[in-house]
Amino acid sequence: MTTPIEDFRFGPFVASVVWLLFWVLIIVTVIVLPLIFVILFYVPLPLVNGEVLTPYLFLSMMIDPTRTLPILNFLIYTEFFRVAVFPGFMYAALIAAATIFIERKFLARMQLRVGPSHAGREALGTGFEGLFQLVADGLKLVSKEIIIPAGADKPIFWAAPIAFVAAAAAVVCLIPVAPGWVVSNIDVGLIVAFAIFGFFPLIEVLFSWASNSKYPFIGGLRALHQLIAFEIPFILSALSVVILSGSLNLTEITYAQSSYWFILFLPISAFVFFMSSLAELERIPFDLPEAESEIVAGWLTETSGMIYGLIQLGTYVKLYALAALFVVLFLGGWMGPQIFPDQLGPPGEKPPLLQLLTLDGLYHGPTANAIFWFTAKTFLMIHLMLLIRGINPRIRIDILLHTGWYKLIVLSFINMFIALALIYGGVLGPGGLLTPN
Amino acid sequence: MSDQEERISETTRLGLEIVKEAEEDRLMTLSVGPQHPGSGHFRFTVKVDGDYIVDCDPDPGYVHRGEEKMCEYRNFIQNIPHLERPVIHDSSNITYSYSLAVEELVKIDVPRRAQFIRAIASELNRQVYTLYWLAIYGIFLGHSTMFMWPTGDRELLIDLLEALTGARVTHAYNIPGGVRNDIPYGFKDRCLRQVSYFEGRLKEYEDIFYNNPLLRQRTEGVAVLTKEDAIKLGVTGSVLRASGVPYDIRKAEPYDIYDEIDFNVQYMKTCDSFARAYVPLLDMRESCHIIRQLLDKMPESGEVRAKLQPNPKGPPGEAYRRVESGRGALGYYIVSDGTPRPYRVKISVGSFRNLLALPHLLVGSKLGDMPSVYWSLNYWPVEADR
Repeated sequence: MTTPIEDFRFGPFVASVVWLLFWVLIIVTVIVLPLIFVILFYVPLPLVNGEVLTPYLFLSMMIDPTRTLPILNFLIYTEFFRVAVFPGFMYAALIAAATIFIERKFLARMQLRVGPSHAGREALGTGFEGLFQLVADGLKLVSKEIIIPAGADKPIFWAAPIAFVAAAAAVVCLIPVAPGWVVSNIDVGLIVAFAIFGFFPLIEVLFSWASNSKYPFIGGLRALHQLIAFEIPFILSALSVVILSGSLNLTEITYAQSSYWFILFLPISAFVFFMSSLAELERIPFDLPEAESEIVAGWLTETSGMIYGLIQLGTYVKLYALAALFVVLFLGGWMGPQIFPDQLGPPGEKPPLLQLLTLDGLYHGPTANAIFWFTAKTFLMIHLMLLIRGINPRIRIDILLHTGWYKLIVLSFINMFIALALIYGGVLGPGGLLTPN
Repeated sequence: MSDQEERISETTRLGLEIVKEAEEDRLMTLSVGPQHPGSGHFRFTVKVDGDYIVDCDPDPGYVHRGEEKMCEYRNFIQNIPHLERPVIHDSSNITYSYSLAVEELVKIDVPRRAQFIRAIASELNRQVYTLYWLAIYGIFLGHSTMFMWPTGDRELLIDLLEALTGARVTHAYNIPGGVRNDIPYGFKDRCLRQVSYFEGRLKEYEDIFYNNPLLRQRTEGVAVLTKEDAIKLGVTGSVLRASGVPYDIRKAEPYDIYDEIDFNVQYMKTCDSFARAYVPLLDMRESCHIIRQLLDKMPESGEVRAKLQPNPKGPPGEAYRRVESGRGALGYYIVSDGTPRPYRVKISVGSFRNLLALPHLLVGSKLGDMPSVYWSLNYWPVEADR
C-alpha cells in the first residue's frame, strides 16, 4: 500500500535530489576513490589478452560491446567466480531462495490457502505476489536485535551459525553442476562430503550447549542422536553407488551414469538416501530437534535476529546440497537429452552487437544443457523433499532411532549386495553387459 | 544405642542423602509454561529423566475470571453473554445447560420449535469447537496441513452460525425460554448442503491424518487410560468414551428433544491416545446425522421464545442441569433465593475433570508424547479456570 505524500511540491523535491547527488559526489571523490586506489596499489592486477586489467580498462571494456565478451570470458574462468558465483555459493543461495518461495506457495496450495501475497504485489503485478517476501523477512531479521542469553558461551554462540553456513557451503563446492564446472574436483569427493556432514551434529550440540538453556540442550541432544543414527545408512546407501561406479569422484560418478541412471539398479539405496537426507535436514517428519510443541524451538530457541537468519540460510543451502548430491549419485547428474542448440544465432562472422547478444564464445551448448538438466532435477528432488512436509506429522525419537538403526541400515545392506551381484554377475562394471564402451 | 551403631546409622543417612542427590541430578525440570507453544494459558511442570517423564504438576488458573461470582451480581438473562466467554468456540453449549437450569428454576415451558433450533445450534457449535480442537491437535503433532484444513472448514460452519445467530463466535443464542430469534429464510437448505460437504471433508481428514502410519505409530498404545481408571478419575466426554464407556449425556439424561432423536454413542475400546483423538471425529460424524434429523423433524412454524417477565424470578430453590458439550458433561448448579439474581452458581466443566487424568497419563510416557497426550484430553484451559 502506498501512502500519498501530503503537501508534495516539485521544487523542494528537485532541490533535495540535487543535494543528495551533491553529497554522494563529495563522498565518492573524497573517500571512496582514494580508498579504491590505495587498494589497487597493493593488489596485483590480472592480464587479459596481454593487457593489464586496470579499473579504467575494465570500465571501457564493459561499455564497448566489441570488447565485453573477452572480459566476461576472462571473468567466468576465475577461481573467484567459481567459488562465489556459479557452481558455488550464489547459485546455491539463489536456488535456496527459489526453494523458500516455492515451498511457501506450494504448501499454501496444499493447505487451501494463498500463501504470501503482499510483498512484491505492486512491483511485479499479479502472479508474482509474495516473491519479495524473502527479502522482507531477510531485512526484518537483519534489523532485529541479537539477544545473547545470560551465561551463554559467547565465542561459540557467535561462531556456530557461521560454521553452520560455512559447512553447508563447503558441501556445495564438491557438487559438479556441468562438465568442468565444479569448484573443487577431488578424487575423494564423496568421502569429503560425508566428512563435512559429520560437522553438523557437532555444531548443533556446541550451539545448544553454548545457549545455556534447557530446551536447546534437549534439542541439541536430539539432533546428535538423530544425525548419528542416520549417518550410517546415509553413507552405506552411497557406498553401493561407489561399488557400481568404481569411483569416489563425483564427476566420475556422473560420467558412469551416461547411459543409465543408478536409481534403476539401486532404488532401495535411493530411498534410504532420501530418507536419511530428510533426517539430516531436520525436516518434517524428522524435525525433532526443532519440535516446537515439545521443546519450544529446540536448539534454535535462543537464536534471534541474524543468527537465526544465518542458520536458516545454512539449512536451505544444505537442502540444495543434499538434493544435488542425490541427483549426482542416483539421477545421472547433468546427463539429459540435448535440447539446447550448439550455438545461438546464425553461424559465421557476426556484427559485434549480435555477437554480444548471442554470447559468442561464451555460450556453449552442452554446458547450457547440462546446467539446465542439473537444475531441473535438483528442483524436482527439492520438491519431493517439500512434499513430505505437507502430509506427515512429526515422529517420536524412539521410532526415529529404531528406523535409523534397524530398518534403513538393513535396507542399504540389501541393496549393497544387489550392487555386488550386478558387478560379479557381469551385468555392470568393467566389461559388463550394460557397460558403455 | 551404642556409639558404633550411631556412627553406622549416621553414615547410612549420609549415604542415602548422596544417593538421593544423585537421583535428583538426573532429573531435569521443564516448565511447559503459559507462554510455551505446546500449551495455552496453562502451565505444567514436568520432570524428565532422559526422555521419560517422571513427574507432572499441572498448574491451571492463569485465566481465572470469576465467572461464578460475576453471576451473583446479574440477573438470569444478563448472565448469558459473560457465561459463554470461557469457551467462545462452544458458546451455544455452555449457555445451553445454564438455560435449562434457569428454566427449571423459573418454571418456563420452552416452545417445541425453539427446542429444535437450540439443538441445531448446539450441534453446529460442537462441530466448530471440535474442528478448532482438531486443528490444534494437528499442529501439536507437527502436521501443518491438519492445522489449516479444519481451520478453513470451520469458517463455513461459522458462517452458517453467523446467519443463524448474528455473531461469529460468541452467539448468546440459547437463552432461558428458548432462542433469541427465529432461523433465517433458506437456512435449512444451506445447512443441509454444508453438512453434506462437511461429511465428505471428514473422510479426507481421516485419509490424510488418522490413517497416516506415522501418526498411528506414535499414538497407538500410548498413554492408556483404562476403563476402571477413567471411571475412578471421573473424566467425561470423548476421553471417557475413548476408554470404552459408552456414556453420553444426550443419551443418559436426554434434555429437550434429544430423546426423539435416533443416534449412537460413539466409543472406542482401545483406551489409548489415538482413541482419544479419534472419538471426536466420530462424534462430529454422528453430529451430522443428528443435524439432519433435527432439520427434518423441526416444526415448520411456531414460537421460538417463551414470554418472560422483564426480570424473571422463580421461587427459592435449586436446580442442576447438564448437557453434553464438546468436552464432556457441562453442568450448572444454580441456587435461587427468590430474587431475580441467582444466589450461587456453580459451573461443573468437563475440562477440569479431564485435567485430573493428565498427571496420571503423563508420568511414564515420553517427552515427545507430551503434547499429543495433553491435547488428546480435550482440555480447554480457559474453561477449566472459569
